[in-house]
Amino acid sequence: MAAITSPADRLIDPLTTTRTASLWRDTLANIVRQRNARVGLVILGILLFAAIFADVVAAYNPDKVLFDQGIKRLSAPCIHLLGCPATTPEHLFGIDANGRDEFSRVLHGARISLQVGFLTVGFAIVIGSLLGLIAGYASGRIETVIMRTMDVLLVFPALLLAIAIVAALGPGLINAQLAIGIVAIPVYARIMRSSVLSVRQSDFVTGSRALGESPIGLVFRRILPNSLTPTIVAGTLGIAGAVLDVAALSFLGLGAQPPTSEWGSMVGQDRGYLFTAPHLVFFPGVALAMTVFGFNLLGDGIRDALDPRLNR
Amino acid sequence: MSAMAAAPEPVPTPASGIATGGAPGGTLVEVRDLVKHFPIHGGVLQRTVATVQAVDGVSFTIQRGETLGLVGESGCGKTTVGRLLLRLIEPTSGSIVFDGVDIASFRGSALKPYRRRMQIIFQDPYASLDPRTPIGDSIGEGLRIHGLGSPAERRAKVTRIMDLVGLAPYHARRYPHEFSGGQRQRIGIARALVLEPDLVVCDEPVSALDVSIQAQVLNELKALQRELGLTYLFIAHNMGVVEHISDRVAVMYLGKVAELADRREMFRAPEHPYTQALMSAIPIPDPELRRKRIILRGDVPSPVNPPSGCHFNPRCQLRAELGGPEICATAEPPLLDAGNLHFVACHFRGAAASGGDAS
Repeated sequence: MAAITSPADRLIDPLTTTRTASLWRDTLANIVRQRNARVGLVILGILLFAAIFADVVAAYNPDKVLFDQGIKRLSAPCIHLLGCPATTPEHLFGIDANGRDEFSRVLHGARISLQVGFLTVGFAIVIGSLLGLIAGYASGRIETVIMRTMDVLLVFPALLLAIAIVAALGPGLINAQLAIGIVAIPVYARIMRSSVLSVRQSDFVTGSRALGESPIGLVFRRILPNSLTPTIVAGTLGIAGAVLDVAALSFLGLGAQPPTSEWGSMVGQDRGYLFTAPHLVFFPGVALAMTVFGFNLLGDGIRDALDPRLNR
Repeated sequence: MSAMAAAPEPVPTPASGIATGGAPGGTLVEVRDLVKHFPIHGGVLQRTVATVQAVDGVSFTIQRGETLGLVGESGCGKTTVGRLLLRLIEPTSGSIVFDGVDIASFRGSALKPYRRRMQIIFQDPYASLDPRTPIGDSIGEGLRIHGLGSPAERRAKVTRIMDLVGLAPYHARRYPHEFSGGQRQRIGIARALVLEPDLVVCDEPVSALDVSIQAQVLNELKALQRELGLTYLFIAHNMGVVEHISDRVAVMYLGKVAELADRREMFRAPEHPYTQALMSAIPIPDPELRRKRIILRGDVPSPVNPPSGCHFNPRCQLRAELGGPEICATAEPPLLDAGNLHFVACHFRGAAASGGDAS
């Protein structure tokens, strides 16, 4: 900074030019700073890449039966680099019981699992938060009705209730997601309500009210943004659970229906070949585990980044 | 209670005399028999099992342009009075006449024009600003809510008010966590003043600040009052601060006003035994001087079940001196004016020795 500065330039605090403070940017920096969260981000990045470019990366249509190409069902993986004879066509993860390319199916499964995770949790968060927000702000009889209903939902073991819901609605991926979403609603409703209860007491909300803000404005401009953090953290951690739960329903045959390449249903359908063709259970299982692992790491990272006690 | 815009008719309550304050600006606020009881719920059915009598029949007036100090110990209801005045909590009964209109029963949108004219400055500068909103938006919030001016005009107004409280324009885009306690309190003041209110309730605005910053903020409040013609209800528990800023002072004890007088009068010759005890606790910055301390016995009784008669009677040193007269425990002393606008709620006013003097 050897340049001669005009008086006007000198009036500007040099700190402001280097530091553009944004809470979200701070949070992002805090997430990236943690090693675990970085690992989670990398895993999910790979997963996202696989999901988006599944059609490009996968050499085969995941639903296409390849018997006409001289393929034997349940073949082990054939990778040319690792010494598989060049005369046999390359299949990284082998061939499944119906003669389909397992690698393509696992890749396309990423699509379903990611979509399932975000949609299910998104649905649960939106409905749950709204209920929690209403319960926390309205208090009184409305709160009692909402929260007791949530308690009733919580009484049942989650997966059991989900199975019951799917049984009522009929099997299918959409219904499985809906079921898992409904089961998760009370969790978010409770989290939201408790943070609303504390935020609405704070002085800045009272201050906005004193300025003449309407109840709607108070709820959506002041209370909701400041109550969202715990819900976001719970949501990221909840995605892992949701992915796993929907996979479990699919494993039981209540979720994704054949020929959809969904990891849970792949494991479920091929579990009979565990000893003859273990790769059919191994690859989708590992993919599922890595996804859950990635979301958990990222969720932990987000929680740590948003926790003021661990900040700075 | 009644929604009538009560012209201050001569009601046969002892407090009605307060209505005629006599300050040049006239009366801005008249509070009469204000009561707030908070119910306590208990049992399985959440029935009301008791009430906290936080504010129990408080009357006072605030003249235009003056500062009324409101003092008392923790839990005496002074903050509740402030919030009631601003209609942030619902009064149980009583009237709040603001600029000639009883707003005690107004609700929702009827209150909005009055919201614009009364504001609050909070005690805790860390809790009074939305941590997710840049302070420029926080300060301009009032303008947005009331739809005043174009965005450019609002920005200009925010910049002007920030300048007034000693903040630079480039601060506007920063977040509360980037400021010190004193700066945050200034932001809180700017936020309250942006609508150019008539009345500002200062709820212990300096108690959370360092002593050095306290003086700064107090002087700033005074300067702003002069500049903008503000009226303050200044709630505090620090007698020194109250003496510095107030024109008149009201002392509260257990939900009631014990004494109300001109500041000089109050600090020179306090007449209520409780006020005298409070005054005797003010330290004198001279090691040679010793004050005769009046040490009150026991704790403040619970506002759930306040003592009968005069709320102060179980701890009153004057009553003990007089041999415990019966009337203190049976009859509630009215808040009476001696003629010089010095109101005292004590059966034995005048019998009190001037215990607050240094000796």
